[in-house]
Amino acid sequence: MHEWALAESILTAALEAAEKEKLKKITEIKISIGELQQIEQDIFEFALDGIIEEQGGKLKGVKIKIETEKSTLKCKSCENTWKFSDMKKKLKEDESEAIHFIPEVAFVHTRCPKCGSPDFEITTGRGVSITSIKGEK
Amino acid sequence: MEARVSVIEKRLKNIKRIISVASGKGGVGKSLVASSLALNLSRKGYKVGLLDLDLYGPSSHIILGVKDVFPEEEKGIIPPNVSGINFMSIVYFTEDKPSPFRGIDISNIIIELLAITQWGELDYLIIDMPPGIGDETLDVIRLVKKSEFLVVVTPSKVAMGAVGKLLQLLKELKLPIIGVVENMKMTDSNYIENNVSKMGLTYLNSVSFDQNLEGSIGNADKLLETDFMKDFDKIVDKIS
Repeated sequence: MHEWALAESILTAALEAAEKEKLKKITEIKISIGELQQIEQDIFEFALDGIIEEQGGKLKGVKIKIETEKSTLKCKSCENTWKFSDMKKKLKEDESEAIHFIPEVAFVHTRCPKCGSPDFEITTGRGVSITSIKGEK
Repeated sequence: MEARVSVIEKRLKNIKRIISVASGKGGVGKSLVASSLALNLSRKGYKVGLLDLDLYGPSSHIILGVKDVFPEEEKGIIPPNVSGINFMSIVYFTEDKPSPFRGIDISNIIIELLAITQWGELDYLIIDMPPGIGDETLDVIRLVKKSEFLVVVTPSKVAMGAVGKLLQLLKELKLPIIGVVENMKMTDSNYIENNVSKMGLTYLNSVSFDQNLEGSIGNADKLLETDFMKDFDKIVDKIS
């Protein structure tokens, strides 16, 4: 359940931002999760709820909105673009699991579907970020 | 706003000392020094972790003979214990296939590894760094605030040229440099020692070239019995 570690990172970052902005209470956090992270959303939400309940304080009653950003990839050699969801079916279970832990190992286990190059970029859909925070001063 | 960076300090907070084994030059024996340092400290009774951040060419797992293990998932990932060392490496996720990463991907991998690895309480975390002063070095400086640096060089003007640049950078940034290890020493030349002293840094000691060392690669118990380790033990005593 490495979703717990990512959930904790979101709430730690939100509390840091609240401290900076002198918020007494955080009312809403919008989160964007890259598709490449292949987060199990139920587990992620369960982890968020658990940490919020345990920590309380500024996070008590906070609303969390989670968006998944689709992952698009672009080949640097032939400029082909494709979606991670298109190639996921072709991955072996252990390769898919490895990408779930460390998304960038996509460069190890996959290639450009058109020219076979390993030199592509992840243009969207990786990482874990906070897109907005609302709160009360 | 990238969220994972915020939790890294929390993940490292129960580690007493973090030592990054670095060099400006490849092939000087950083991975061997890092693995040997971790093994040596572990045998002295310390709780030790080893993080291989050489993402293109990880080799600590070869030196320690790591096989058929995978991190457990528990509020993140827990490094498997290998020969008494909590060992984390990209190799668990790459199946040892070629790893063609560009700079931004390197940074993302380091952030992910540092954000999700649960080290728990450690006396020492040893980081095996890749050569040079590129992304990995800059990310360790940025993200692992309490890291100290142990720098490895070989008795070569070419190696000292590159390593000198890393030392200059670390000095400029006022980062703690434990000292310099001269590895694979074969003659009585004082060239490295003099250059390190001129920079006002600590020359820890030399380790003689051990031509029987290769036969111990992949076997932690054999490594501990090598002439290399006998020399290296004196250095460990100075820094632990």
